[in-house]
Amino acid sequence: MPDVEIPLEKWTGKVKEVKIGGGGRKEVVVGGESTLPFLAFESSNPNPPKIAIEVHDKEPTTWAAPLLSAWGDAVKDPGTWAKKAVEFGADLICLKLLSAHPEGGNTGPAEAKASVEKVLSAVDLPLIILGPGVAEKDNEVITAASDAAKGQRVALGNCEEKNYRTIGAVCLSDGHIAIAKTPLDINLCKQLNIMLSDMGVPADSIIMDPDTGALGYGIEYGYSINERVRLAALGGDAMTAFPILNHAGGEVWRQKEARASDGVPDAWGDLEERSIIWEAVTATSVINAGCDIVVMCHPKAIERIKSTIEKLTGK
Amino acid sequence: MALTGIQIYKFLPKTNCKECGFPTCLAFAMKLAQAGAELSACPYVSDEGKAALAAASKPPIRLVTIGAGEKKIEVGNETVMFRHEKTFVHPTGLVVRIKDTSSADEVAKTVEAVKSYSVDRVGMTFGMDGFAIENASGDSATFVKCVEAVSSKSDLPLILMSSDASSMSAAVDRVKAAKPAIYAATKDNIDQMIELAKSSGCPLAVRSSDGLGELAELTEKAAGAGVDDLILDPGVRGFADSLVTLTQIRRLALAKRFEPLGYPVITFPGEGASSLDEEAVLAAQHIAKYGNIVVIDCFSPAAALALITLRLNLYTDPQKPIQMKPGTYQVGEPKETSPVCVTTNFSLTYFSIAGELESAGWPSWLVVCDTEGLSVLTAWSAGKFDAEKIAKTIKGENVAEKVNHKNVIIPGGVAVLRGELEEELPDWKIMVGPREAMAVGGYLKENWKS
Ligand code: SF4
Repeated sequence: MPDVEIPLEKWTGKVKEVKIGGGGRKEVVVGGESTLPFLAFESSNPNPPKIAIEVHDKEPTTWAAPLLSAWGDAVKDPGTWAKKAVEFGADLICLKLLSAHPEGGNTGPAEAKASVEKVLSAVDLPLIILGPGVAEKDNEVITAASDAAKGQRVALGNCEEKNYRTIGAVCLSDGHIAIAKTPLDINLCKQLNIMLSDMGVPADSIIMDPDTGALGYGIEYGYSINERVRLAALGGDAMTAFPILNHAGGEVWRQKEARASDGVPDAWGDLEERSIIWEAVTATSVINAGCDIVVMCHPKAIERIKSTIEKLTGK
Repeated sequence: MALTGIQIYKFLPKTNCKECGFPTCLAFAMKLAQAGAELSACPYVSDEGKAALAAASKPPIRLVTIGAGEKKIEVGNETVMFRHEKTFVHPTGLVVRIKDTSSADEVAKTVEAVKSYSVDRVGMTFGMDGFAIENASGDSATFVKCVEAVSSKSDLPLILMSSDASSMSAAVDRVKAAKPAIYAATKDNIDQMIELAKSSGCPLAVRSSDGLGELAELTEKAAGAGVDDLILDPGVRGFADSLVTLTQIRRLALAKRFEPLGYPVITFPGEGASSLDEEAVLAAQHIAKYGNIVVIDCFSPAAALALITLRLNLYTDPQKPIQMKPGTYQVGEPKETSPVCVTTNFSLTYFSIAGELESAGWPSWLVVCDTEGLSVLTAWSAGKFDAEKIAKTIKGENVAEKVNHKNVIIPGGVAVLRGELEEELPDWKIMVGPREAMAVGGYLKENWKS
């Protein structure tokens, strides 16, 4: 029989471990990889990818039918919503403060604080808190959120090139984690991590969101940026050696494939089935490319990915 | 993996006789490495040298063809572990399994559903690639009948699945000309299967569940007997074992140039899954991580759409982003009074603007210019998205006949083109839209009066 010697990569780098939660709240550790995803024959990756479930601070007005029917009335209140997310198997809650968007209510720090407090008191899972994605508003509401969650080590974003000083400083002073978001570019990603590190944000307090894309809408970019960033980290580049967060849910549920039941070709099949597979396939693509925290929406897709991660890690 | 000039030089006579048209053997070798010359131009390379060069320039993963004719499946020839390193080249073959224990009706229904399945994405048409017919009954006549039933209704490529050499031989005999793949040779039947592959000229799948060593032993035996078109089934079926084993096979083939495993891999996600959506997720993993032919058990349009889309995305050349076919696209059901928006044929630009128009509730005409797949600003700075190109597209597409107005909206990023465009399209009013697709709904609300 021919002698088959399995080639092993000798990686020199290792992804930093980041702990979210604490202060009475459950803790979740992500990162720590010393090889590519799920390649147990090469090295052991101590922390399997985690699932964060999306919760909004206001009732969604444009959500797709399959999401609305799966969540029911829970989406009317962020606290109830978060509790239901725990039932659906969340490892973390990703609270989006969307009502602060200038075109979506333009609420301010007081409302942000109230929403964060609601979720904090409703569940004991670790929290990710995101602003509406408009830099100035993110600064405003994330500062308030940071204060409300002091001592409970939450992850805060978006921390982008435009506002990293403010968000970085808030994380530093309140002991939180910055979610460094960049648009599908390894150099920009690295640059932002360097800037955050230069201002003193510790290496165990950065999570990267290198942007995701959805199946059919740029997932190839999200997939490759994950792989490139992770390979650079394993190759010894400390400024890419942070856990990766991807938004599978938010990206997928905006697309026609997850929303349209009428006026689409028969070849698209049933909406409910299609939308769940769309989210699950997007999520599975990113976790196979190095994602540490995948943010998701539909309970059935979440269940599928939870079981997939368990099978991939032999747990 | 191509050889370097220095590696090639070692096989040349080093006499610098110039007959090849190059001043030195080294110069010739360098040109060969860049594929700018043919080895045959040197009359003095030894046969040994020729053989060594041919072996060294052999692709590390063999290209294998299943089927004959236009719809044949070609897989293999991959040269990278990660698509960003270069590109994945031969998209995963997606094949649907039919068991010969199904009723004639069921078989006919599945064949019809699969062969007529077709989806349009980015202006191109995609579908499923073939059938795998399994001799689940264990009966030879039943198998042959099922193979005949499928092949009489469809010209898609076939994979014939039986471990019984005589059933296989009977089935291959009926469809030989269509070059089906024979699945599978195992250590118990390999001699007969090799004979069959040789006499029929069909590709042969080789299966072993006892480790890569035994799999390699079987492929060496087949290759030694002159059967080169091989497909690997390492017998792994679950999420973790298939990821690990397929990664190891790809690494062995590429990094070690381990020839006995330098063949495409076939997978069966349905055997490692307990529901339709789980099968789809495992199949997706196989598309991303090193499966070349994926055999699907539960055919459903929704799952097929997802898998075809993932394959299209991941097999796109990172140097050549997915492009839309230039033309006029309808967002929703636009009327004569609906807005006309101009954009580029970079698929992501198109999708984001089309998506925003749709979700903001604006049926529109979207005129897609051929910018060779570049986004708005990149295309503009590369001179591929200028006033002339936009004007030509608007005229060529007869946009004026689709609407009862003369307003056209250009992306805010190319606001500078407005003046020139007014000269090129004197009877049109040029409106400058927002820079970001996200803002188009708000922009139209303010500026569009129909
Ligand atoms: S013909 Fe052959 S031997 Fe002569 S210079 Fe060219 S490579 Fe060298």
